[in-house]
Amino acid sequence: MAASRDDFIIAIRSAFLKKGNKQRFSLIGLIFFSIGLLILSKINLPITNYLKITLNEIVYRTSFIVSVPEKKIQDFSDKIRDHYNIYNDYLLLKEKNKILQSKKYETQFLKEENKRLKKTINEFIYNSEELVAKVLIDKNSPFLKSIIVNKGSKDKVRLGMAVLDDRYLVGKIVEVNYSTSRALLVSDLNSKIPVGIEPGNIQSILSGTGKQNGKIEYLEADVLIKDKSIVYTSGSGGLFKPGIPVGIYHKETEEYFEVVKFFSKLSQLTFVKLVSFEEENN
Amino acid sequence: MSAKFRSTIGNTFLLNLPLLLLFVSVFNEFDFNYLNYQYFSFNFPYILIFYWSLKRIETLGYGFIFIAGMFNDSVLGFPIGISSLTYLIICGFASYLRNITLRPSLTKDWLYFLFTILFANSINYFLLVLFFSIEINYYEILGNIIFTFLLYYIFSYIFDIYRKILLRIKI
Repeated sequence: MAASRDDFIIAIRSAFLKKGNKQRFSLIGLIFFSIGLLILSKINLPITNYLKITLNEIVYRTSFIVSVPEKKIQDFSDKIRDHYNIYNDYLLLKEKNKILQSKKYETQFLKEENKRLKKTINEFIYNSEELVAKVLIDKNSPFLKSIIVNKGSKDKVRLGMAVLDDRYLVGKIVEVNYSTSRALLVSDLNSKIPVGIEPGNIQSILSGTGKQNGKIEYLEADVLIKDKSIVYTSGSGGLFKPGIPVGIYHKETEEYFEVVKFFSKLSQLTFVKLVSFEEENN
Repeated sequence: MSAKFRSTIGNTFLLNLPLLLLFVSVFNEFDFNYLNYQYFSFNFPYILIFYWSLKRIETLGYGFIFIAGMFNDSVLGFPIGISSLTYLIICGFASYLRNITLRPSLTKDWLYFLFTILFANSINYFLLVLFFSIEINYYEILGNIIFTFLLYYIFSYIFDIYRKILLRIKI
């Protein structure tokens, strides 16, 4: 009994404490160093932030280069899939185009009317600054859904800026380095966005699910959302401008119940717009 | 270019191929996520680190594993040090198994690998959720663990062949 315990201790000591053949560091030393780094990250010291920014700058650029072959394979597989679906897509788009044409004129009229009415009631008009950024890395990992873009503090990117794909909200900036930034996608579990749902002007929070869709949270029990309602940003909290389209609410899909399908395909982002909004009083 | 020089370059490349693969995988995460199969993902660095720590640790080296972990944290946006810690725990477990094993067997290694990644991922999950308040989908991690465990068997076969090549050319 004592001998087997001794063997266990010897094996553990040899595994963790002894420096192996051609090893410069002992395992236990590096484990303690990692724990030290984690504690420093938690404390959030300025020096660790600088270290992190420098590391991120190097790693993001390298990762972009290393990811090129995989991206090519991904593009190729997407192209093949698109070729298979081309005829069905064509029919669908033709139908959609008809509807959109008729809605276009109606929208233009409503936009002008809305502007005029806002001026009358002295509401805020939003001024926005736009930056177009290239997506360097899109990490659709099982843990975090985020993208790295090639604009940073030198391009006046700020924390909390909205990230748009065309006109649709896809995320917000959560980390700014000198020449790169990280945006947390709306599909991430940690993403919480105040939204308004139309029709009905229902105010709620859109949360990511970690998959390709979102869910509506913190809704009162007696509030009913109609199927295929449109989800917009509500502008609560002043982070985003109200009225940026995010997705469509579905009561039931083939796979899920009560989900918000995003307008943008979050796994296919190549260029995005980083937008900051400022309220301008009339 | 002399034949001897060319063979030296070839040998160096062959010797450092696992290390190169480790860095490529942390920079790129080639886990086929883009196929969009629900819950399908696997952690290639875990397989690589466990196998080479078990069979031939001098190929990777603890220092490089630690750096690879830091790069992985940076790519994924995790607090710096968390992947390094996870990778080093895997190294520790593999090293312990190496010390107590007299007759290596793939099945035993495979089951021990499952225990190792369950422990390492538990530490990872605990730190991320409780210490850093990051929300993580538990089922996706579970899927990741299962596929990593299943694929270890296949990859260890491939690595065994590669190790035999290294032994044959006496690197």
